[in-house]
Amino acid sequence: MPETDQIEITLNGESRQVPANCTVQKLVEGLKLPSGQVAVEVNRSIARRSSWPQTCIQDGDSIEIVHFVGGG
Amino acid sequence: MLENQNDALIIAGKEFHSRLIVGTGKYETLEVMRQAHQASGTELVTVAVRRVDLSDRSQQSLLSCIDRDRIMLLPNTAGCYTAEEAIRYARLGREAGLSNWVKLEVIGDEKTLFPDNQELILATRTLVQEGFVVLPYTNDDPVVCKKLEEVGAAAVMPLGAPIGSGLGIQNPNNIRIILEQAKVPVIVDAGVGTASDAAIAMELGVDGVLMNTGIASAQDPVRMARAMKLAVECGRLAYRAGRIPKKLYAAASSPLEGMLV
Repeated sequence: MPETDQIEITLNGESRQVPANCTVQKLVEGLKLPSGQVAVEVNRSIARRSSWPQTCIQDGDSIEIVHFVGGG
Repeated sequence: MLENQNDALIIAGKEFHSRLIVGTGKYETLEVMRQAHQASGTELVTVAVRRVDLSDRSQQSLLSCIDRDRIMLLPNTAGCYTAEEAIRYARLGREAGLSNWVKLEVIGDEKTLFPDNQELILATRTLVQEGFVVLPYTNDDPVVCKKLEEVGAAAVMPLGAPIGSGLGIQNPNNIRIILEQAKVPVIVDAGVGTASDAAIAMELGVDGVLMNTGIASAQDPVRMARAMKLAVECGRLAYRAGRIPKKLYAAASSPLEGMLV
């Protein structure tokens, strides 16, 4: 199977293509996000940071990546 | 019980030397926010949880402007209208911040931003069971505050007035009743417009004050932050000093003896 195989996910509400073998870890690194400052949800369940390298992203997954912004 | 000699604010076993909790929203720049935090002396600041904007990555990170050696983060669930939604945000906040503290907000009405207390109590119960330290923002309603405490809230945070209104403490008598019955810290959250509002809250005997707009939207936020710091300290001192009873008539301060005849 060529490495370029892509799957489609919904990331922060928008559809996006990622490589078929992508993990949450690779996704966060690929987006150049500071891993210590974001939280990730896969299909409405928290993906704990320690599980990112083993969490494979599947076709059709809905992923949310959040961080802290100003608030009261 | 050990005497709390330095008069620290203790929430869920954690000691704070400032009784002023401030927000991170509405500042014109993050640098102004950083300076305001410093001037306020705060050790606990609220933050909101939102999607990372993947199309615009130019924004400076909020966390890079918070002195985390001195200041603890308190993620909120602002913008949530159901217990389910608030629980989801609380879990995300815990994961992002590696702390199990949450300022729990479940809003019931868009215009007043008054809480939906039924949902709030439900969410508090669930999050406490999940090991969260829950600080719920609520009405100045003694019954609701009591129920929140019963389901395990680490503090209760009645509003002084609607969020961002700057109206000051609208119902000091309710705050008094809440204080009389509470066994957890009582923090006045929302409604503080200027320094005297914060002092009045503290003089009632509340354990702390939480504010955002009052500082962030002042013409000079850094100066107002210092004013709020002093007001909270003044109010606390006056409360501990014990004020004189109010009387209708005068009582002379100078002796009547020794007057010339």
